[in-house]
Amino acid sequence: MKKELRFTVNGEAYELYVKPKSLLMDVLRDQLGLTGAKRSCDTHTCGTCTVILNGLAVNSCSILALQANGGEVLTVEGLAEKTKLHPLQKAFLDYGSFQCGFCTPGMLMAAKALLDKNPKPSKEQIKEAIDANICRCTGYNSVIRAVTAVVNGEYEEAK
Amino acid sequence: MIRDFEYFAPKTLEEALTLLDKYRDNRKIIAGGQSLLKLMRHGLVNPQYLIDIKGIFDLNYIKSEAKKGLRIGALTTHWAIEESPLVRNGFSILAEMERKLAFIQIRNWGTIGGNLCHADPAQDPAPVLMVLNATLRTVSLKGERTIAVEDFFPDYLQTALGPNELLAEIQVPTVPSHTGTAYTKFNIIENDLATVGVAVSITLSPGADECQDIRIALGASAPTPMRAKRAEAVLRGKKITDDLLTEAGEVASAEAEPLSDINASEEYRRQLVKVLVKRIGKEALTKAKQA
Repeated sequence: MKKELRFTVNGEAYELYVKPKSLLMDVLRDQLGLTGAKRSCDTHTCGTCTVILNGLAVNSCSILALQANGGEVLTVEGLAEKTKLHPLQKAFLDYGSFQCGFCTPGMLMAAKALLDKNPKPSKEQIKEAIDANICRCTGYNSVIRAVTAVVNGEYEEAK
Repeated sequence: MIRDFEYFAPKTLEEALTLLDKYRDNRKIIAGGQSLLKLMRHGLVNPQYLIDIKGIFDLNYIKSEAKKGLRIGALTTHWAIEESPLVRNGFSILAEMERKLAFIQIRNWGTIGGNLCHADPAQDPAPVLMVLNATLRTVSLKGERTIAVEDFFPDYLQTALGPNELLAEIQVPTVPSHTGTAYTKFNIIENDLATVGVAVSITLSPGADECQDIRIALGASAPTPMRAKRAEAVLRGKKITDDLLTEAGEVASAEAEPLSDINASEEYRRQLVKVLVKRIGKEALTKAKQA
């Protein structure tokens, strides 16, 4: 039997009916059409499904949708303000921080969660924040460079 | 594929206990679900009823009192524990353990109570809590019980909890003076599960440098987290030397009952226990001398 789920996604309030076994990722992708969070390992190992729930980075593949009841979710679709990209998105473009792009939404959300908690992280802390996010083509250096550029204020005007 | 189940999300402890009493069979309790959902996805656990206690606010807290020591609500997340000044001051081994427990996404949502109740022998909290002499407070409709962490794991993936009982609180007594504690785990990928974990606590007699009390606990070295009591006996009451630490490592390696699995063979784990007990024993000793 479906149950009621009330939550906010990217600033918009939703009232849905979901199966108790539905994962947060299933609801975001299949019911709301937000396909930024990727389904990959399905066992919270790869980080491509990372979203921000109540201010913290979580794996949407490993949380029941109903556990987000009353919560606030931010997905990669909510990062930009209309056509204005988020500083992290701009930096990822400028620093060539992706090739195939599959891991990018997860990387962006992990980096965003870090900067929300700690606007001036060290390189070590940046590495730690994305160490659960697996990239199989670009590697991590360009991602670290992009996040560092945002930390150093290169994208102040973009905020 | 996760099979369908009936879902309950009690908001209070009393509501949860009533549900536990009502649904005793084919039922699972979920907190952060970071271990359980994996098992459910693989079809290894297929509950008919799922009781989601993650939303019980009353079990999410960290308190510290001079007399009682540290008290952590079972539904406190790993991240909240590692960030807590109460934990960092006086129980830093616990904060360090939590920081290496898993990736940040898991630590943000997973709870210490859920981790303990999953009863994986490779978990990090149990060995650390064992050397800290921690106890667990459980609740049911009938009342409360207190169980030492070392008595909480009867067998592989099993706990001492009764069918209508819930883990409510982790109680960690104040660390005695002249005590040093240390924990490490060996693994291939950082922040992954332990291939072997070793925790040691050493209390020295004031001024005499004699080992007054010692606790050694092992993770992923038996079907359950375990205390290496025979290895402790090698060091208790003595002035600890390198040779004695080597002997303690050998004894611990012999009393461990490691399983072979995809991560390591039994022999490899015994070797790790031998090396790590000595290494971490030495670290705890150095800290105890400075304390």
